[in-house]
Amino acid sequence: MEKSGHSGLKLTIVAAILAFSLIPLFGLGLFFHIQFTEAFEEKITRTLRIMVEDKRNVVDMFLNENVNQLRNIAYTHTYKEMSDSDYLAEVYQVLAATSNAFVDLGVFDASGEHVAYTGPYKLSGLNYADQEWFQNVMTKGRYVSDVFLGHRRFPHIIMAVKRQEGVQTWILRATIDSEMFTDLVRGSQLGEFGDAFLVNQNMELQTQSHGAAGVMEKAVLPRQGRFPGFRMVEFVENGRQMIAGVTWLQTKNWMLVVAENPEEALSPLVGVRWRTFGIVLAGALIILTGAVLTASTMIRQLNEYDRRRAESDAALMQSSKIASLGKMAAGVAHEINNPLSLIRESAGWIQDLLTEEDPEAIKNFGEIEDSLAKIDKHVERARNVTHRLLGFARRMEPMQENVNLNALVDQTVAFLENEALHREVTVERRLDSNLPLVTTDSAQVQQVVLNLLENALDAVNSQGRIILQTGYDDREARISVQDNGCGIPKDMASKIFDPFFTTKKTGEGTGLGLSISYGIIKKMGGRISVESEPGAGSTFTIHLPLAAEE
Amino acid sequence: MERIRLLLVDDEEEFVNLFVKRFNMRNLDAFGVTSGRAALGYLAEHPVDVVVLDVKMPGMDGLAALGEIKKRFPTVEVIMLTGHGSLKSGVEGMSLGAFDYVLKPFRIDDLLDRIRKAAERKRLMGE
Repeated sequence: MEKSGHSGLKLTIVAAILAFSLIPLFGLGLFFHIQFTEAFEEKITRTLRIMVEDKRNVVDMFLNENVNQLRNIAYTHTYKEMSDSDYLAEVYQVLAATSNAFVDLGVFDASGEHVAYTGPYKLSGLNYADQEWFQNVMTKGRYVSDVFLGHRRFPHIIMAVKRQEGVQTWILRATIDSEMFTDLVRGSQLGEFGDAFLVNQNMELQTQSHGAAGVMEKAVLPRQGRFPGFRMVEFVENGRQMIAGVTWLQTKNWMLVVAENPEEALSPLVGVRWRTFGIVLAGALIILTGAVLTASTMIRQLNEYDRRRAESDAALMQSSKIASLGKMAAGVAHEINNPLSLIRESAGWIQDLLTEEDPEAIKNFGEIEDSLAKIDKHVERARNVTHRLLGFARRMEPMQENVNLNALVDQTVAFLENEALHREVTVERRLDSNLPLVTTDSAQVQQVVLNLLENALDAVNSQGRIILQTGYDDREARISVQDNGCGIPKDMASKIFDPFFTTKKTGEGTGLGLSISYGIIKKMGGRISVESEPGAGSTFTIHLPLAAEE
Repeated sequence: MERIRLLLVDDEEEFVNLFVKRFNMRNLDAFGVTSGRAALGYLAEHPVDVVVLDVKMPGMDGLAALGEIKKRFPTVEVIMLTGHGSLKSGVEGMSLGAFDYVLKPFRIDDLLDRIRKAAERKRLMGE
């Protein structure tokens, strides 16, 4: 059904609806996506910054406090006391009771000799004069080392302070509990893939990281020079994209790194992203379904209209064919009747003349009379034929019945209502409820009203207005079809009822409509009048006599 | 009884001639012309009781001639002849004042009947 000429239109309608609905929908989806992403990234940055700054303060405070504590011990005890290993063990016991930062304590003299030691390693008696930390603490007075192997061949961090006790210079050193220090750096606020660690300026790990690299190895992190404040860094760890907040400690040349897996951090955003996508997809599907349904409905109505119009065109054509056939039949009958009359009169005259003759004197009198009778008989036969033809022609003439013109207008408008709706044309009815019944042929009047209405629809194009009005006076009933369309140019007004005259484009109008309409109404004893103002519209009025003609 | 004075009007001359002869033979005082104008001219100069008038003629057609005859010679009765077979012109003629109408082709005795009735009516109206 829908294959008829409108499939292209259907595609156009669907495409137009989709384009005008989906573009804003996708735009909105994209806008929300960008807004959410920006908001989340900002939130992650803010959270990381707070975490990094908090942790830096904690680590700085830890280092400061413990160096100070070590210094306090060195300055409240003499070298003599501290070089006694038992005494040193007692001091460590007291220290361990308040702080679990240190795993051991050691005392060194100025030549680097390890004078006393308390702790898990066997380090007494070794000389440290050539160790880097020893040289640093001798020159700086206090020192916190990077991770190094040292004599114990195990990565560790030490802090040491120097005391000048009269002529005696000695050093108190402690090893930081690396497990405890790593926990301190990591804290407890990190997610499954989150990580926090310290690196020195060579990007060597100072505390354990979740990454493959162990302590003292290079961290998988782009090298960062010392900078003030906070910075965001992206890197890949174990094939996983990570974002990190980094900052340099104030007490030590270490950089604190707090890393998060964006997938984890952004997981709520991923949820929002999928939901947005789902809503957009559902919206698109609904719009698509709506577009297809709307287009199908419109095309179905168009096809229905096409079908009806084809039917009415065919009916109009049929009636015009029958009308011309009737006219032809009447013409033929008339042309034959005249010679028939002459034949009959000629034969009649011979008959008349024969009455004055003596039948006895004419040899073939009987034959002549017979032949004259035959002529008359066959003239009668031909006459019956022509009168039957005339009877047929008469049947083409209007039927007479009592017609309610208001109902007829209603029916006719209903016929074109869809088309008017489709073209956004308003069809108004102003029907006179007192209109008397009119004796006429309703089918033919309806055809004429339909024809005028179709012309009006063509004249107004879209968004026009058509007014159908009925009325009467003591002589005639009227149906008028008024439009606010293009009107009829003055020079054409006299030709509009001519057969084949049309203002429509070739192929759109046959030009028979108005001339046939005029013929139909004229045959009923009525007429069609027209008033038109070019540019303002036209009014066609059908006038039908109230009294029956015959 | 006085002879009926009959005027036949038809554009076919042979037809008119035949009729005139046949009606004269039937004891009518018949005369024929071949146009509406000629009929009016004849009527102006001769007394006529009944006019038999063909509807379809070139120039002034039967209905126009009927209107003119009824206007100028109201006492003359007119019978319309129509070959069209359409009741319409016959009825129209009646409404314009014709006495009767006859469809072609007809039998002369039918027409003669009507002519006699028309003449009778004219005679009665004249009294």
